[in-house]
Amino acid sequence: MVDNEIKPELYKCKNCGKTTDPELFIKNFRVCSKCGFHDNVPARERIKMTIDEDSFEELWGKLISTDLLGFSDSKPYSDRIVETIKKTGENDAIITGLAKIYGHKIALGVMNFEFIGGSMGVVVGEKVMRLAELAKEENIPMIIISQSGGARMQESVFSLMQLARLSGAIKRFQSVDGLFISVICHPCTGGVSASFAFQGDIIIAEPGALIGFAGPRVIEQTIKQKLPPGFQTAEFFLEKGFLDKVVDRKNMRWMLGKLISLLLSIPMEGVEA
Amino acid sequence: MIYLDFEKPVVELETRLEDFRKQAISRSMDLTESIQSVQAQIEERLHEIYSNLTPYQTVQVARHNSRPKLIDYVKFMTPDYIQLHGDRRFADDLAMWTSVGSLDGKTVFIIGHNKGRDVKENIKFNFGMAHPEGYRKAMRVMELADKYGAPVITLLDTPGAYPGIGAEERGQAEAIAVNIRDMFGIKVPIITVVIGEGGSGGALGIGVGDRVLMMRYAMYSVISPEGCASILFRDGTRFRETAQMLKLTATDLKGCGLIDEIIDEPIGGAHRKPIQAMSLVKEAIKRHIKELLAIKEPITEYRYNKYRSLPPKLD
Repeated sequence: MVDNEIKPELYKCKNCGKTTDPELFIKNFRVCSKCGFHDNVPARERIKMTIDEDSFEELWGKLISTDLLGFSDSKPYSDRIVETIKKTGENDAIITGLAKIYGHKIALGVMNFEFIGGSMGVVVGEKVMRLAELAKEENIPMIIISQSGGARMQESVFSLMQLARLSGAIKRFQSVDGLFISVICHPCTGGVSASFAFQGDIIIAEPGALIGFAGPRVIEQTIKQKLPPGFQTAEFFLEKGFLDKVVDRKNMRWMLGKLISLLLSIPMEGVEA
Repeated sequence: MIYLDFEKPVVELETRLEDFRKQAISRSMDLTESIQSVQAQIEERLHEIYSNLTPYQTVQVARHNSRPKLIDYVKFMTPDYIQLHGDRRFADDLAMWTSVGSLDGKTVFIIGHNKGRDVKENIKFNFGMAHPEGYRKAMRVMELADKYGAPVITLLDTPGAYPGIGAEERGQAEAIAVNIRDMFGIKVPIITVVIGEGGSGGALGIGVGDRVLMMRYAMYSVISPEGCASILFRDGTRFRETAQMLKLTATDLKGCGLIDEIIDEPIGGAHRKPIQAMSLVKEAIKRHIKELLAIKEPITEYRYNKYRSLPPKLD
Protein backbone atom coordinates (compact mmCIF):
# COMPACT_ATOMS: atom_id res chain seq x y z
CA MET A 1 0.00 0.00 0.00
CA VAL A 2 1.36 3.36 -1.01
CA ASP A 3 0.39 6.19 1.26
CA ASN A 4 -0.21 8.79 -1.41
CA GLU A 5 -2.32 6.51 -3.57
CA ILE A 6 -5.28 8.42 -4.91
CA LYS A 7 -8.47 6.92 -3.58
CA PRO A 8 -11.08 6.21 -6.25
CA GLU A 9 -13.78 8.82 -6.15
CA LEU A 10 -16.63 7.63 -4.02
CA TYR A 11 -20.09 7.13 -5.47
CA LYS A 12 -22.63 9.40 -3.86
CA CYS A 13 -26.25 8.21 -3.89
CA LYS A 14 -28.40 10.62 -5.85
CA ASN A 15 -31.28 9.98 -3.48
CA CYS A 16 -29.91 9.77 0.08
CA GLY A 17 -26.37 11.05 -0.40
CA LYS A 18 -24.67 8.01 1.10
CA THR A 19 -21.18 7.46 -0.27
CA THR A 20 -20.02 4.03 -1.36
CA ASP A 21 -16.94 2.56 -2.94
CA PRO A 22 -17.81 2.54 -6.66
CA GLU A 23 -16.74 -1.08 -7.11
CA LEU A 24 -19.01 -2.20 -4.31
CA PHE A 25 -21.78 -0.06 -5.73
CA ILE A 26 -21.48 -1.72 -9.15
CA LYS A 27 -21.36 -5.14 -7.48
CA ASN A 28 -24.60 -4.21 -5.77
CA PHE A 29 -26.24 -3.74 -9.20
CA ARG A 30 -25.87 0.04 -8.87
CA VAL A 31 -28.43 0.06 -6.10
CA CYS A 32 -27.77 2.14 -2.98
CA SER A 33 -27.19 -0.19 -0.04
CA LYS A 34 -28.74 2.29 2.35
CA CYS A 35 -31.91 3.59 0.67
CA GLY A 36 -32.37 1.10 -2.18
CA PHE A 37 -32.24 3.78 -4.87
CA HIS A 38 -31.84 2.17 -8.29
CA ASP A 39 -29.37 4.22 -10.31
CA ASN A 40 -28.97 4.01 -14.06
CA VAL A 41 -27.21 0.96 -15.49
CA PRO A 42 -25.34 1.13 -18.80
CA ALA A 43 -26.97 -1.21 -21.33
CA ARG A 44 -24.02 -3.62 -21.69
CA GLU A 45 -23.77 -3.98 -17.93
CA ARG A 46 -27.52 -4.59 -17.79
CA ILE A 47 -27.23 -7.43 -20.31
CA LYS A 48 -24.45 -8.99 -18.27
CA MET A 49 -26.37 -8.88 -15.01
CA THR A 50 -29.52 -10.29 -16.63
CA ILE A 51 -28.40 -13.31 -18.63
CA ASP A 52 -26.21 -16.42 -18.37
CA GLU A 53 -22.51 -15.67 -18.60
CA ASP A 54 -21.19 -15.15 -22.14
CA SER A 55 -24.47 -16.19 -23.68
CA PHE A 56 -25.19 -13.00 -25.59
CA GLU A 57 -25.08 -13.06 -29.34
CA GLU A 58 -25.74 -9.57 -30.67
CA LEU A 59 -27.83 -9.11 -33.79
CA TRP A 60 -28.30 -6.15 -36.12
CA GLY A 61 -25.74 -4.13 -34.18
CA LYS A 62 -24.56 -2.35 -37.29
CA LEU A 63 -27.86 -0.62 -38.04
CA ILE A 64 -27.38 3.13 -37.94
CA SER A 65 -29.85 5.98 -38.31
CA THR A 66 -29.50 8.51 -41.05
CA ASP A 67 -30.80 12.05 -41.13
CA LEU A 68 -33.88 11.39 -43.23
CA LEU A 69 -35.37 14.86 -42.99
CA GLY A 70 -32.43 17.26 -42.86
CA PHE A 71 -33.26 17.97 -39.23
CA SER A 72 -31.25 20.47 -37.26
CA ASP A 73 -31.76 21.91 -33.77
CA SER A 74 -28.77 23.09 -31.75
CA LYS A 75 -26.74 20.98 -34.16
CA PRO A 76 -27.54 19.02 -37.32
CA TYR A 77 -29.05 15.64 -36.53
CA SER A 78 -26.45 13.90 -38.72
CA ASP A 79 -23.68 15.34 -36.50
CA ARG A 80 -25.60 14.35 -33.40
CA ILE A 81 -25.77 10.73 -34.55
CA VAL A 82 -22.04 10.60 -35.29
CA GLU A 83 -21.13 12.25 -31.98
CA THR A 84 -23.43 10.02 -29.95
CA ILE A 85 -22.03 6.89 -31.54
CA LYS A 86 -18.55 8.10 -30.71
CA LYS A 87 -19.48 9.03 -27.14
CA THR A 88 -21.45 5.91 -26.26
CA GLY A 89 -19.75 3.30 -28.39
CA GLU A 90 -23.21 2.13 -29.41
CA ASN A 91 -24.92 2.57 -32.76
CA ASP A 92 -28.41 3.35 -31.49
CA ALA A 93 -30.69 3.30 -28.47
CA ILE A 94 -31.30 -0.46 -28.25
CA ILE A 95 -29.07 -3.54 -28.23
CA THR A 96 -30.76 -6.70 -29.49
CA GLY A 97 -29.81 -10.33 -29.84
CA LEU A 98 -30.11 -13.87 -28.60
CA ALA A 99 -29.20 -14.91 -25.08
CA LYS A 100 -29.79 -17.53 -22.46
CA ILE A 101 -31.35 -17.11 -19.06
CA TYR A 102 -31.05 -20.07 -16.68
CA GLY A 103 -30.18 -22.14 -19.73
CA HIS A 104 -33.23 -21.11 -21.72
CA LYS A 105 -32.83 -19.37 -25.04
CA ILE A 106 -34.47 -15.94 -25.32
CA ALA A 107 -34.66 -13.00 -27.69
CA LEU A 108 -33.39 -9.99 -25.76
CA GLY A 109 -33.60 -6.24 -26.29
CA VAL A 110 -32.04 -3.77 -23.89
CA MET A 111 -32.47 -0.05 -24.34
CA ASN A 112 -29.68 2.36 -23.86
CA PHE A 113 -30.66 5.67 -22.28
CA GLU A 114 -27.33 7.34 -23.05
CA PHE A 115 -28.17 7.26 -26.74
CA ILE A 116 -30.24 10.44 -27.32
CA GLY A 117 -32.35 9.78 -24.24
CA GLY A 118 -33.14 6.23 -25.32
CA SER A 119 -35.31 7.73 -28.01
CA MET A 120 -37.00 5.51 -30.55
CA GLY A 121 -36.33 6.23 -34.17
CA VAL A 122 -36.20 4.01 -37.21
CA VAL A 123 -33.39 1.80 -35.88
CA VAL A 124 -35.07 1.01 -32.56
CA GLY A 125 -38.33 0.28 -34.38
CA GLU A 126 -36.65 -1.95 -36.92
CA LYS A 127 -34.68 -3.89 -34.29
CA VAL A 128 -37.69 -4.49 -32.03
CA MET A 129 -39.73 -5.56 -35.06
CA ARG A 130 -37.03 -8.00 -36.16
CA LEU A 131 -36.59 -9.27 -32.60
CA ALA A 132 -40.29 -10.12 -32.32
CA GLU A 133 -40.19 -11.80 -35.73
CA LEU A 134 -37.16 -13.82 -34.68
CA ALA A 135 -38.77 -14.83 -31.38
CA LYS A 136 -41.81 -16.01 -33.32
CA GLU A 137 -39.72 -17.91 -35.84
CA GLU A 138 -37.55 -19.57 -33.20
CA ASN A 139 -40.45 -20.05 -30.80
CA ILE A 140 -38.57 -18.54 -27.86
CA PRO A 141 -39.61 -15.97 -25.25
CA MET A 142 -38.78 -12.32 -25.81
CA ILE A 143 -37.64 -9.96 -23.08
CA ILE A 144 -37.29 -6.23 -23.68
CA ILE A 145 -35.86 -3.93 -21.04
CA SER A 146 -37.11 -0.43 -21.78
CA GLN A 147 -35.80 2.95 -20.81
CA SER A 148 -36.73 5.82 -23.07
CA GLY A 149 -37.90 9.40 -23.31
CA GLY A 150 -40.14 8.42 -26.24
CA ALA A 151 -40.15 8.77 -29.99
CA ARG A 152 -37.17 10.52 -31.54
CA MET A 153 -38.36 13.94 -32.70
CA GLN A 154 -35.53 14.29 -35.19
CA GLU A 155 -37.05 11.48 -37.25
CA SER A 156 -40.58 12.84 -36.95
CA VAL A 157 -43.29 10.68 -38.53
CA PHE A 158 -40.71 8.03 -39.41
CA SER A 159 -40.37 7.57 -35.63
CA LEU A 160 -44.10 7.58 -35.08
CA MET A 161 -44.58 4.85 -37.68
CA GLN A 162 -42.22 2.60 -35.71
CA LEU A 163 -44.89 2.29 -33.01
CA ALA A 164 -47.07 0.61 -35.63
CA ARG A 165 -44.36 -1.49 -37.29
CA LEU A 166 -43.05 -3.11 -34.13
CA SER A 167 -46.53 -3.50 -32.63
CA GLY A 168 -47.57 -5.49 -35.69
CA ALA A 169 -44.67 -7.87 -35.15
CA ILE A 170 -45.47 -8.20 -31.44
CA LYS A 171 -49.13 -8.89 -32.25
CA ARG A 172 -48.13 -11.72 -34.59
CA PHE A 173 -45.73 -13.13 -32.03
CA GLN A 174 -48.29 -13.06 -29.23
CA SER A 175 -51.04 -14.48 -31.44
CA VAL A 176 -49.06 -17.72 -31.74
CA ASP A 177 -48.72 -17.81 -27.94
CA GLY A 178 -45.28 -16.21 -27.90
CA LEU A 179 -44.28 -15.05 -24.43
CA PHE A 180 -43.21 -11.41 -24.21
CA ILE A 181 -41.96 -10.07 -20.89
CA SER A 182 -41.55 -6.31 -20.73
CA VAL A 183 -39.26 -4.80 -18.09
CA ILE A 184 -39.62 -1.07 -17.54
CA CYS A 185 -36.75 0.96 -16.10
CA HIS A 186 -36.38 4.60 -15.18
CA PRO A 187 -37.53 6.59 -17.10
CA CYS A 188 -39.99 5.35 -19.66
CA THR A 189 -42.44 7.70 -21.33
CA GLY A 190 -43.94 8.59 -24.69
CA GLY A 191 -43.74 6.34 -27.72
CA VAL A 192 -41.98 3.46 -25.99
CA SER A 193 -44.47 3.24 -23.12
CA ALA A 194 -47.27 3.74 -25.68
CA SER A 195 -46.02 0.72 -27.58
CA PHE A 196 -43.88 -2.28 -26.60
CA ALA A 197 -43.28 -1.43 -22.94
CA PHE A 198 -47.01 -1.87 -22.27
CA GLN A 199 -47.60 -4.71 -24.72
CA GLY A 200 -45.98 -7.41 -22.62
CA ASP A 201 -47.82 -10.53 -21.48
CA ILE A 202 -46.05 -9.84 -18.24
CA ILE A 203 -45.01 -6.29 -17.36
CA ILE A 204 -42.47 -5.68 -14.62
CA ALA A 205 -40.88 -2.44 -13.48
CA GLU A 206 -37.93 -1.49 -11.34
CA PRO A 207 -38.60 0.34 -8.03
CA GLY A 208 -38.98 4.08 -8.33
CA ALA A 209 -38.99 4.13 -12.14
CA LEU A 210 -40.82 7.06 -13.69
CA ILE A 211 -43.37 5.66 -16.12
CA GLY A 212 -46.03 7.40 -18.16
CA PHE A 213 -47.50 8.46 -21.43
CA ALA A 214 -46.81 12.16 -20.96
CA GLY A 215 -43.84 13.39 -18.96
CA PRO A 216 -44.59 15.14 -15.64
CA ARG A 217 -43.55 18.54 -17.00
CA VAL A 218 -46.05 18.34 -19.85
CA ILE A 219 -48.82 17.32 -17.47
CA GLU A 220 -48.04 20.13 -15.05
CA GLN A 221 -48.09 22.64 -17.89
CA THR A 222 -51.42 21.28 -19.11
CA ILE A 223 -53.27 21.12 -15.81
CA LYS A 224 -51.42 24.11 -14.32
CA GLN A 225 -50.82 22.46 -10.97
CA LYS A 226 -48.07 20.47 -9.27
CA LEU A 227 -48.29 16.70 -9.41
CA PRO A 228 -48.54 14.81 -6.13
CA PRO A 229 -45.35 13.07 -4.95
CA GLY A 230 -44.99 9.52 -6.21
CA PHE A 231 -47.20 10.21 -9.26
CA GLN A 232 -46.25 8.09 -12.28
CA THR A 233 -43.80 5.90 -10.38
CA ALA A 234 -43.60 2.13 -10.79
CA GLU A 235 -45.33 1.74 -7.43
CA PHE A 236 -48.11 4.07 -8.57
CA PHE A 237 -48.77 1.99 -11.70
CA LEU A 238 -48.61 -1.23 -9.68
CA GLU A 239 -51.34 0.16 -7.45
CA LYS A 240 -53.40 1.31 -10.46
CA GLY A 241 -53.24 -2.16 -11.96
CA PHE A 242 -50.93 -1.68 -14.92
CA LEU A 243 -47.95 -3.73 -13.74
CA ASP A 244 -47.65 -7.35 -12.72
CA LYS A 245 -44.81 -6.64 -10.35
CA VAL A 246 -42.24 -4.18 -9.13
CA VAL A 247 -39.01 -6.13 -8.79
CA ASP A 248 -35.70 -5.15 -7.18
CA ARG A 249 -32.86 -5.23 -9.64
CA LYS A 250 -30.91 -7.83 -7.71
CA ASN A 251 -33.87 -10.22 -8.06
CA MET A 252 -34.68 -9.39 -11.68
CA ARG A 253 -32.65 -12.13 -13.34
CA TRP A 254 -34.16 -14.78 -11.10
CA MET A 255 -37.66 -13.39 -11.58
CA LEU A 256 -37.34 -13.49 -15.37
CA GLY A 257 -35.96 -17.03 -15.29
CA LYS A 258 -38.64 -18.19 -12.88
CA LEU A 259 -41.47 -16.67 -14.90
CA ILE A 260 -40.24 -18.32 -18.10
CA SER A 261 -39.85 -21.59 -16.26
CA LEU A 262 -43.37 -21.47 -14.83
CA LEU A 263 -45.15 -20.16 -17.91
CA LEU A 264 -43.46 -22.53 -20.34
CA SER A 265 -43.24 -25.42 -17.86
CA ILE A 266 -39.52 -25.90 -18.34
CA PRO A 267 -36.80 -26.35 -15.71
CA MET A 268 -34.43 -23.58 -14.68
CA GLU A 269 -30.90 -24.71 -15.39
CA GLY A 270 -28.75 -24.72 -12.26
CA VAL A 271 -31.69 -24.33 -9.89
CA GLU A 272 -33.00 -27.22 -7.83
CA ALA A 273 -36.65 -27.83 -8.62
CA MET B 1 -65.70 33.19 -41.22
CA ILE B 2 -62.51 33.40 -39.21
CA TYR B 3 -59.65 34.63 -41.33
CA LEU B 4 -56.11 33.40 -40.83
CA ASP B 5 -53.37 36.03 -40.80
CA PHE B 6 -52.06 35.06 -44.24
CA GLU B 7 -55.55 35.33 -45.75
CA LYS B 8 -55.60 39.14 -45.31
CA PRO B 9 -55.44 39.87 -49.05
CA VAL B 10 -58.75 38.05 -49.42
CA VAL B 11 -60.53 39.81 -46.57
CA GLU B 12 -60.77 43.11 -48.43
CA LEU B 13 -62.03 41.42 -51.57
CA GLU B 14 -64.65 39.48 -49.66
CA THR B 15 -65.83 42.67 -47.94
CA ARG B 16 -66.17 44.29 -51.34
CA LEU B 17 -68.08 41.28 -52.63
CA GLU B 18 -70.43 41.52 -49.69
CA ASP B 19 -70.98 45.24 -50.38
CA PHE B 20 -71.84 44.56 -54.02
CA ARG B 21 -74.31 41.90 -53.00
CA LYS B 22 -76.00 44.20 -50.51
CA GLN B 23 -76.16 47.03 -53.02
CA ALA B 24 -77.57 44.71 -55.65
CA ILE B 25 -80.42 43.89 -53.32
CA SER B 26 -81.03 47.21 -51.59
CA ARG B 27 -80.81 49.32 -54.75
CA SER B 28 -82.07 46.66 -57.15
CA MET B 29 -78.97 47.14 -59.27
CA ASP B 30 -77.54 44.57 -61.65
CA LEU B 31 -74.01 44.10 -60.38
CA THR B 32 -73.55 40.59 -61.76
CA GLU B 33 -70.45 41.51 -63.67
CA SER B 34 -68.76 43.25 -60.75
CA ILE B 35 -69.65 40.40 -58.45
CA GLN B 36 -68.28 37.81 -60.84
CA SER B 37 -65.10 39.79 -61.30
CA VAL B 38 -64.48 40.04 -57.56
CA GLN B 39 -65.30 36.37 -57.12
CA ALA B 40 -62.74 35.50 -59.77
CA GLN B 41 -60.17 37.67 -58.03
CA ILE B 42 -60.88 35.96 -54.72
CA GLU B 43 -60.46 32.52 -56.27
CA GLU B 44 -57.24 33.60 -57.86
CA ARG B 45 -55.80 35.05 -54.67
CA LEU B 46 -56.86 32.03 -52.64
CA HIS B 47 -55.31 29.72 -55.17
CA GLU B 48 -52.10 31.71 -55.02
CA ILE B 49 -52.03 31.79 -51.21
CA TYR B 50 -52.94 28.14 -50.76
CA SER B 51 -50.46 26.94 -53.35
CA ASN B 52 -47.68 28.51 -51.32
CA LEU B 53 -48.60 27.76 -47.73
CA THR B 54 -45.68 27.40 -45.37
CA PRO B 55 -45.75 24.31 -43.14
CA TYR B 56 -46.92 26.35 -40.18
CA GLN B 57 -49.67 27.97 -42.23
CA THR B 58 -50.78 24.46 -43.14
CA VAL B 59 -50.93 23.69 -39.41
CA GLN B 60 -53.16 26.73 -38.95
CA VAL B 61 -55.50 25.52 -41.70
CA ALA B 62 -55.48 22.00 -40.27
CA ARG B 63 -56.62 23.44 -36.93
CA HIS B 64 -59.17 25.86 -38.39
CA ASN B 65 -62.37 25.98 -36.35
CA SER B 66 -64.59 26.10 -39.44
CA ARG B 67 -63.01 23.06 -41.05
CA PRO B 68 -65.46 20.19 -41.34
CA LYS B 69 -65.22 18.18 -38.15
CA LEU B 70 -65.80 14.54 -37.41
CA ILE B 71 -69.52 14.93 -36.80
CA ASP B 72 -69.93 16.69 -40.18
CA TYR B 73 -68.32 13.72 -41.92
CA VAL B 74 -70.42 11.24 -40.00
CA LYS B 75 -73.65 13.00 -40.97
CA PHE B 76 -72.53 13.49 -44.55
CA MET B 77 -71.25 9.98 -45.20
CA THR B 78 -73.64 7.94 -43.04
CA PRO B 79 -76.88 9.93 -42.61
CA ASP B 80 -78.52 6.98 -40.81
CA TYR B 81 -75.71 6.75 -38.25
CA ILE B 82 -76.21 5.42 -34.76
CA GLN B 83 -73.71 6.64 -32.20
CA LEU B 84 -72.25 4.00 -29.88
CA HIS B 85 -71.15 4.91 -26.38
CA GLY B 86 -68.80 3.77 -23.68
CA ASP B 87 -65.82 1.52 -23.14
CA ARG B 88 -67.74 -0.90 -20.84
CA ARG B 89 -65.07 -0.36 -18.21
CA PHE B 90 -65.01 3.17 -16.95
CA ALA B 91 -66.83 5.86 -18.92
CA ASP B 92 -67.93 7.31 -22.22
CA ASP B 93 -65.23 9.60 -23.57
CA LEU B 94 -66.79 12.28 -25.74
CA ALA B 95 -63.42 13.16 -27.27
CA MET B 96 -63.63 9.85 -29.13
CA TRP B 97 -66.52 9.19 -31.46
CA THR B 98 -67.79 5.77 -32.51
CA SER B 99 -70.80 5.03 -34.68
CA VAL B 100 -72.25 2.57 -37.13
CA GLY B 101 -74.13 3.60 -40.24
CA SER B 102 -74.48 2.93 -43.93
CA LEU B 103 -72.23 4.49 -46.52
CA ASP B 104 -74.22 4.38 -49.76
CA GLY B 105 -75.97 1.22 -48.62
CA LYS B 106 -72.99 -0.56 -47.06
CA THR B 107 -72.54 -0.82 -43.30
CA VAL B 108 -69.41 0.89 -41.98
CA PHE B 109 -68.13 1.87 -38.57
CA ILE B 110 -66.74 5.36 -38.12
CA ILE B 111 -64.30 6.05 -35.32
CA GLY B 112 -62.67 9.39 -34.84
CA HIS B 113 -61.47 12.22 -32.68
CA ASN B 114 -64.32 14.53 -31.88
CA LYS B 115 -63.11 18.09 -32.09
CA GLY B 116 -65.57 20.86 -31.45
CA ARG B 117 -66.42 23.78 -33.69
CA ASP B 118 -66.57 26.37 -30.93
CA VAL B 119 -65.44 26.87 -27.36
CA LYS B 120 -68.52 25.28 -25.86
CA GLU B 121 -68.23 22.14 -27.96
CA ASN B 122 -64.50 22.00 -27.47
CA ILE B 123 -64.85 22.02 -23.71
CA LYS B 124 -67.44 19.27 -23.95
CA PHE B 125 -65.22 17.18 -26.24
CA ASN B 126 -61.97 18.08 -24.48
CA PHE B 127 -60.59 19.58 -27.72
CA GLY B 128 -60.51 16.14 -29.29
CA MET B 129 -57.97 14.89 -26.74
CA ALA B 130 -59.06 11.44 -25.66
CA HIS B 131 -58.53 9.68 -22.35
CA PRO B 132 -57.75 5.94 -22.09
CA GLU B 133 -61.47 5.12 -22.03
CA GLY B 134 -61.75 6.77 -25.44
CA TYR B 135 -59.11 4.50 -26.93
CA ARG B 136 -60.69 1.49 -25.25
CA LYS B 137 -64.09 2.42 -26.65
CA ALA B 138 -62.53 2.71 -30.10
CA MET B 139 -61.03 -0.77 -29.77
CA ARG B 140 -64.29 -2.23 -28.55
CA VAL B 141 -66.09 -0.85 -31.57
CA MET B 142 -63.37 -2.04 -33.96
CA GLU B 143 -63.85 -5.52 -32.56
CA LEU B 144 -67.57 -5.14 -33.15
CA ALA B 145 -66.87 -4.19 -36.76
CA ASP B 146 -64.61 -7.20 -37.07
CA LYS B 147 -67.34 -9.47 -35.71
CA TYR B 148 -69.92 -8.21 -38.19
CA GLY B 149 -67.56 -7.91 -41.13
CA ALA B 150 -68.01 -4.19 -41.78
CA PRO B 151 -65.13 -1.92 -42.78
CA VAL B 152 -63.75 0.58 -40.28
CA ILE B 153 -63.15 4.21 -41.15
CA THR B 154 -61.00 6.13 -38.70
CA LEU B 155 -60.88 9.92 -38.93
CA LEU B 156 -57.91 11.55 -37.22
CA ASP B 157 -58.17 15.04 -35.78
CA THR B 158 -56.49 15.53 -32.42
CA PRO B 159 -53.75 17.64 -30.87
CA GLY B 160 -52.80 14.43 -29.03
CA ALA B 161 -53.96 12.08 -26.29
CA TYR B 162 -54.78 14.02 -23.14
CA PRO B 163 -51.85 14.48 -20.76
CA GLY B 164 -53.56 14.67 -17.38
CA ILE B 165 -53.78 13.00 -14.00
CA GLY B 166 -56.83 10.82 -14.72
CA ALA B 167 -55.43 9.83 -18.11
CA GLU B 168 -52.21 8.58 -16.52
CA GLU B 169 -53.99 6.87 -13.63
CA ARG B 170 -56.12 4.91 -16.06
CA GLY B 171 -53.18 3.93 -18.25
CA GLN B 172 -53.04 6.23 -21.26
CA ALA B 173 -49.85 4.58 -22.48
CA GLU B 174 -51.29 1.10 -22.08
CA ALA B 175 -54.53 2.00 -23.84
CA ILE B 176 -52.73 3.41 -26.87
CA ALA B 177 -50.15 0.59 -26.91
CA VAL B 178 -52.89 -2.03 -26.92
CA ASN B 179 -54.84 -0.27 -29.68
CA ILE B 180 -51.84 0.08 -31.96
CA ARG B 181 -51.01 -3.59 -31.45
CA ASP B 182 -54.52 -5.00 -31.65
CA MET B 183 -55.50 -3.04 -34.75
CA PHE B 184 -53.14 -5.49 -36.49
CA GLY B 185 -55.56 -8.26 -35.57
CA ILE B 186 -58.73 -6.64 -36.97
CA LYS B 187 -59.89 -8.75 -39.90
CA VAL B 188 -61.85 -6.09 -41.79
CA PRO B 189 -60.43 -3.27 -43.93
CA ILE B 190 -59.41 -0.16 -42.02
CA ILE B 191 -59.24 3.18 -43.85
CA THR B 192 -57.60 6.02 -41.97
CA VAL B 193 -58.02 9.64 -43.03
CA VAL B 194 -56.20 12.51 -41.35
CA ILE B 195 -58.87 15.21 -41.67
CA GLY B 196 -57.17 17.87 -39.55
CA GLU B 197 -54.57 17.50 -36.87
CA GLY B 198 -52.75 14.18 -36.63
CA GLY B 199 -51.18 14.53 -33.20
CA SER B 200 -48.67 11.76 -32.54
CA GLY B 201 -49.52 8.62 -30.54
CA GLY B 202 -52.95 10.00 -29.76
CA ALA B 203 -53.69 9.97 -33.48
CA LEU B 204 -51.97 6.67 -34.22
CA GLY B 205 -53.97 5.05 -31.40
CA ILE B 206 -56.80 4.75 -33.95
CA GLY B 207 -54.62 5.25 -37.02
CA VAL B 208 -53.24 1.87 -38.05
CA GLY B 209 -55.08 1.73 -41.37
CA ASP B 210 -54.59 -0.46 -44.43
CA ARG B 211 -54.69 2.82 -46.26
CA VAL B 212 -53.66 6.09 -44.69
CA LEU B 213 -54.98 9.13 -46.52
CA MET B 214 -54.40 12.74 -45.70
CA MET B 215 -56.31 15.81 -46.71
CA ARG B 216 -54.24 18.37 -48.58
CA TYR B 217 -54.06 20.81 -45.64
CA ALA B 218 -54.02 18.32 -42.78
CA MET B 219 -50.93 17.70 -40.67
CA TYR B 220 -49.44 14.59 -39.08
CA SER B 221 -46.54 14.73 -36.69
CA VAL B 222 -44.74 12.95 -33.89
CA ILE B 223 -45.07 16.12 -31.78
CA SER B 224 -46.74 19.49 -32.21
CA PRO B 225 -44.47 22.18 -33.66
CA GLU B 226 -44.95 24.16 -30.42
CA GLY B 227 -44.02 21.20 -28.22
CA CYS B 228 -41.03 20.42 -30.39
CA ALA B 229 -39.81 24.02 -30.19
CA SER B 230 -40.12 24.14 -26.42
CA ILE B 231 -38.16 20.90 -26.03
CA LEU B 232 -35.45 21.39 -28.63
CA PHE B 233 -34.96 25.14 -28.37
CA ARG B 234 -36.49 25.70 -24.92
CA ASP B 235 -38.43 28.39 -26.77
CA GLY B 236 -42.02 27.62 -27.70
CA THR B 237 -42.20 30.59 -30.06
CA ARG B 238 -39.91 28.98 -32.61
CA PHE B 239 -42.76 26.76 -33.86
CA ARG B 240 -42.47 28.05 -37.43
CA GLU B 241 -38.99 26.55 -37.70
CA THR B 242 -39.96 23.24 -36.14
CA ALA B 243 -43.09 23.00 -38.32
CA GLN B 244 -40.71 23.20 -41.26
CA MET B 245 -38.32 20.60 -39.84
CA LEU B 246 -40.93 18.06 -38.78
CA LYS B 247 -42.12 17.49 -42.36
CA LEU B 248 -45.70 17.31 -41.19
CA THR B 249 -47.61 18.31 -44.32
CA ALA B 250 -49.42 15.87 -46.59
CA THR B 251 -47.08 16.72 -49.45
CA ASP B 252 -43.99 16.02 -47.34
CA LEU B 253 -45.36 12.77 -45.96
CA LYS B 254 -46.43 11.53 -49.37
CA GLY B 255 -42.95 12.40 -50.57
CA CYS B 256 -41.48 10.34 -47.71
CA GLY B 257 -43.69 7.39 -48.69
CA LEU B 258 -45.40 7.34 -45.27
CA ILE B 259 -48.96 7.96 -46.44
CA ASP B 260 -50.82 6.43 -49.36
CA GLU B 261 -52.72 9.32 -50.87
CA ILE B 262 -53.46 13.01 -50.59
CA ILE B 263 -57.12 13.98 -50.84
CA ASP B 264 -57.40 17.35 -52.53
CA GLU B 265 -59.27 20.20 -50.93
CA PRO B 266 -61.28 22.94 -52.62
CA ILE B 267 -59.46 26.18 -53.41
CA GLY B 268 -58.94 28.03 -50.15
CA GLY B 269 -59.27 24.94 -47.97
CA ALA B 270 -62.02 22.61 -46.75
CA HIS B 271 -63.46 25.28 -44.45
CA ARG B 272 -64.56 27.38 -47.46
CA LYS B 273 -66.42 24.59 -49.22
CA PRO B 274 -67.08 21.87 -46.65
CA ILE B 275 -69.58 19.90 -48.75
CA GLN B 276 -67.20 19.74 -51.67
CA ALA B 277 -64.35 18.74 -49.34
CA MET B 278 -66.38 16.03 -47.67
CA SER B 279 -67.50 14.65 -51.04
CA LEU B 280 -63.88 14.23 -52.07
CA VAL B 281 -63.14 12.40 -48.82
CA LYS B 282 -66.18 10.17 -49.20
CA GLU B 283 -65.30 9.20 -52.76
CA ALA B 284 -61.72 8.41 -51.80
CA ILE B 285 -62.85 6.26 -48.89
CA LYS B 286 -65.31 4.33 -51.06
CA ARG B 287 -62.66 3.68 -53.68
CA HIS B 288 -60.19 2.37 -51.12
CA ILE B 289 -62.74 0.16 -49.39
CA LYS B 290 -63.57 -1.37 -52.75
CA GLU B 291 -59.90 -1.99 -53.50
CA LEU B 292 -59.25 -3.53 -50.09
CA LEU B 293 -62.27 -5.81 -50.29
CA ALA B 294 -60.90 -7.18 -53.55
CA ILE B 295 -57.57 -8.18 -52.02
CA LYS B 296 -57.09 -11.95 -51.98
CA GLU B 297 -54.62 -12.34 -49.09
CA PRO B 298 -55.91 -12.04 -45.51
CA ILE B 299 -56.26 -8.35 -44.71
CA THR B 300 -54.17 -8.73 -41.52
CA GLU B 301 -51.26 -10.03 -43.63
CA TYR B 302 -51.72 -7.15 -46.03
CA ARG B 303 -51.68 -4.67 -43.15
CA TYR B 304 -48.59 -6.15 -41.57
CA ASN B 305 -46.69 -6.16 -44.84
CA LYS B 306 -47.70 -2.59 -45.55
CA TYR B 307 -46.21 -1.36 -42.28
CA ARG B 308 -43.26 -3.71 -42.41
CA SER B 309 -42.22 -2.34 -45.77
CA LEU B 310 -42.59 1.35 -44.90
CA PRO B 311 -39.49 3.36 -45.74
CA PRO B 312 -36.67 3.76 -45.03
CA LYS B 313 -35.23 0.39 -45.88
CA LEU B 314 -32.44 -0.61 -43.50
CA ASP B 315 -29.86 -3.26 -44.41
